[in-house]
Amino acid sequence: MSKKHILPIVMAMGVATTIPQANAATTVTIGTVNNGDMVRMQSFTAEFEKSHPDIKLEWVVLEENVLRQRLTTDIATKGGQFDVMTIGMYEAPIWGKQGWLTPMDNLPADYDLEDIFPAVKGGLSADGTLYALPFYAESSMTYYRKDLFEQAGLSMPEQPTWDEVKGFAQTLHKPDEGQYGICLRGKAGWGENMALLTTMSNAFGARWFDENWKPEFNGAEWNNTVSFYVDLLGTYGPPGASSNGFNENLALFNSGKCAMWMDATVAGAFVTDKSQSNVADNVGFALAPKQVTTKGAGWLWSWALAIPQSSDAKDAAKTFTTWATSKEYSQLVAATSGIEKVPPGTRASTYANPEYMAAAPFAAKTLESMNKADANDSTLKPSPYVGVQFAAIPEFQSIATQVGKLVSGALAGSMTVDQALKSAQNITSREMKRARYYK
Amino acid sequence: MLSLKQRRRAQTVVLGTIAWLVALIIFFPIFWMILTSFKTEIDAFATPPQLFFTPTLENYTSINERSDYFHFAWNSVVVSFGSTIIGMLIAVPAAYSMAFFETKRTKSTLLWMLSTKMLPPVGVLVPIYLLFKDTGMLDTKLGLVIIYTLINLPIMVWMAYTYFKEIPKDILEAARMDGATLFQEIWKVLLPMSKGGLASTVLLSLILCWNEAFWSLNLTASQAAPLTALIASYSSPEGLFWAKLSAVSTLACAPILVFGWISQKQLVRGLSFGAVK
Amino acid sequence: MGIAKQNARMSRYMVSPSVLLLLLWMIVPLSMTIYFSLIRYNLLYPGENEFIGLENFEYFLTDEGFGPGMSNTLLLVGSVLLITVVLGVLISVLVNQAFWGQGIVRVLLISPFFIMPTVNALVWKNLLLDPVAGVFTAVWTFFGAQPIDWFTDYPLFSIIMIVSWQWLPFAILLLMTALQSLDQEQQEAARLDGAGPIALFRYLTLPHLARPIAVVVMIETIFLLSIFAEIFTTTGGGPGYETTNLAYLIYSQALLQFDVGLASAGGLIAVILANVAAFFLVRLVGKSLTDK
Repeated sequence: MSKKHILPIVMAMGVATTIPQANAATTVTIGTVNNGDMVRMQSFTAEFEKSHPDIKLEWVVLEENVLRQRLTTDIATKGGQFDVMTIGMYEAPIWGKQGWLTPMDNLPADYDLEDIFPAVKGGLSADGTLYALPFYAESSMTYYRKDLFEQAGLSMPEQPTWDEVKGFAQTLHKPDEGQYGICLRGKAGWGENMALLTTMSNAFGARWFDENWKPEFNGAEWNNTVSFYVDLLGTYGPPGASSNGFNENLALFNSGKCAMWMDATVAGAFVTDKSQSNVADNVGFALAPKQVTTKGAGWLWSWALAIPQSSDAKDAAKTFTTWATSKEYSQLVAATSGIEKVPPGTRASTYANPEYMAAAPFAAKTLESMNKADANDSTLKPSPYVGVQFAAIPEFQSIATQVGKLVSGALAGSMTVDQALKSAQNITSREMKRARYYK
Repeated sequence: MLSLKQRRRAQTVVLGTIAWLVALIIFFPIFWMILTSFKTEIDAFATPPQLFFTPTLENYTSINERSDYFHFAWNSVVVSFGSTIIGMLIAVPAAYSMAFFETKRTKSTLLWMLSTKMLPPVGVLVPIYLLFKDTGMLDTKLGLVIIYTLINLPIMVWMAYTYFKEIPKDILEAARMDGATLFQEIWKVLLPMSKGGLASTVLLSLILCWNEAFWSLNLTASQAAPLTALIASYSSPEGLFWAKLSAVSTLACAPILVFGWISQKQLVRGLSFGAVK
Repeated sequence: MGIAKQNARMSRYMVSPSVLLLLLWMIVPLSMTIYFSLIRYNLLYPGENEFIGLENFEYFLTDEGFGPGMSNTLLLVGSVLLITVVLGVLISVLVNQAFWGQGIVRVLLISPFFIMPTVNALVWKNLLLDPVAGVFTAVWTFFGAQPIDWFTDYPLFSIIMIVSWQWLPFAILLLMTALQSLDQEQQEAARLDGAGPIALFRYLTLPHLARPIAVVVMIETIFLLSIFAEIFTTTGGGPGYETTNLAYLIYSQALLQFDVGLASAGGLIAVILANVAAFFLVRLVGKSLTDK
């Protein structure tokens, strides 16, 4: 879409929503993460304020960890410093249940709530009430180098098993040439290595908790998972794998050092972007690997906009959140930044647009991955929690961060897998006991 | 054989060279940070790292487009200077009484004061947040000034105390005998004698306020956010970020760095322990 | 009544507000912390604040990270103190003699102290120590050595290096200024008496520096015991517990779990430890500190 289309769109939006007011503008303070898509949203401030002259936007853009801490303090104390909060699929149901968030009901008809993927809506709801509107959403998938696979005479199945992945990694691992068989997250953190490891464990048939909230790290499934992971990444991974998170792996993959990489579907837009990727034309896409099951093999996450109960500008905040997650917003992005930059993973209409599907080579696999992810049914054996790569309980953040540290310790070789899992079991039972899940 | 003078000169050259080397090594990270801020993101991540490249201002312009640097910097200036001035007004009299009218408990009080700096701020974050909310001080510069004053008070009292201890009691007593009032005693005798020491206390307090990153992030939103909040909006986003991070870091550290350089002479004189004897 | 006595009494009236304020500021959070440490208080479970006795302390002390946290704290504080004091003395003696560009060298040397701890950690972690594109990697490769993956293989050492870089200038600044007041005549006289540079350093310079060294040790200890930002930004306390110190343990519990009760208990334990440390420090270096 060319630049001359912007004006009509902006004007159309203006006509649709502007009600001239003599009153002073309501200020809406938005707390958000410093990811590229959110920064782009901030850059449309002028457009929004022009079409909504009665609303003024104030931005508080922070790094993810700092933001999460900042928002939690404010909402738990009903501080009222923010009118719109950017939260994840982990917080939305927990905070919603606490009664801290405004339900997202009575949305305008042209918002077309039916258009949003049911899995995403489900993940942002508690007891059937939607508490946040998704800005973008992601699953995880496999990225691989088509050129290297071709040279080696290998072919990537639609959905490989982890065993097959290991075989490929073995063939393609050439550390002397600066080419590593596989890149995976190794950096400790509930949203870093544990996100990947939990999807991996799902595929291996493991679960975080049994029906009575007892952790299962002493089971064979977890031992298989972590042993496999440490062996795979330790043998065929890049040096320093235990400190690589999403960003580090993205940089490695883009500079052509990884033959395979399993990570978030949003990375599709980065690895195929010629301005930052050396391998843009050679990236292939497959589903996240399965093993004994396909259940929970790919994760489900969304960054979403929510309105705290403590906000004193709820109406203006709702106007903004519906605007920023609307189809019109997608059109605005498409017109100004290019159609492949549209926030992915939230709306069926995005994927029904042939123009988008043509411009974004990763879109088909993203859609397929999104459709497979189900937060309510992600483990082979039944589990009491919601969430694919996390368990939506307040304790999970702390527990998984500690377990993540142990796993990265095992990967770095400072402890054995058995030791790490024994500690993990210990820590998790302690925390659950402390939180009064059982005596 | 070399004469004594020649040997001395050779020694000076060698030692001077070593000193320069050490200084350059220690300064290198800052130099590299400033250098990286003029690279493109791709140049910044290049292997091997590049010393020569085509400099660009794009990082600075993009930061300027995204955030209002001067808004953040002004908040930092106001909060740092405000709390330092108020802090000195409280700390100096307290240190004066502790140094010149010492009781048995003074020393243990001083040490205890320092050790309470170990209390994790997270522990009192919630009550303070609630208090600030009720008094309308959330996201105000006044709130930050109050918090910083209280946080740094122990260190300031403690430093002022050590400098005051340097001053012989006799001088103050002599002034008193001459009929000086208490105010005159402090203003005309004590302060001039410990001017340098107090200057370094002021500088330390400014640095601590400028660099404080817990309360400044947690008690502000948009109005009163200082430079530490600006840093937090550029650290570790998705994708490459080294060049922009370097640029924003340079912007955030530059004012206090330049201020430190300018006041260095004064500082060196001020910190001389035992200079007055 | 003499003027002196009157002044002394007046001064007590005058300073009492500030001392009172000071004590209040320290007692209020302290008593709040004590109170929180005895109740169940988690931000994410509002309303459930029952009294639970010493349970918080029990959980903190039996945490798997507590043992490593203690030893890492001591290692970190000890190493950084040693590095900054030894290098600080050497460097400040080095720059004490006149040479070309002395002023600039001094400015360069003290600069790192003005850098924000978060920026410090970010710059070291990314620009310098990154195992792929960092400056250190390039230097190692240049000399034909295998590049080191700092935060994986030597995590605690890397943290010590970063923190030392930040605090060395503080030591240099204090020691450098102290050296200026060293009696030049005395030194010259000793030199004429045939004292070598080592003897001069040992018997004149070092004793003169005892007091500033004590100040450096005291102030640095207080700040180093609560080092947190550098660890949070670089290793997150890992891998395993290799870089978890006490302060980080408290923060991670409080920040990730929002368990104010547990963090308060940890904080009190930290304060007790700080007081123990201060007690020994005073024994060790304190005499020259508070006495005239």
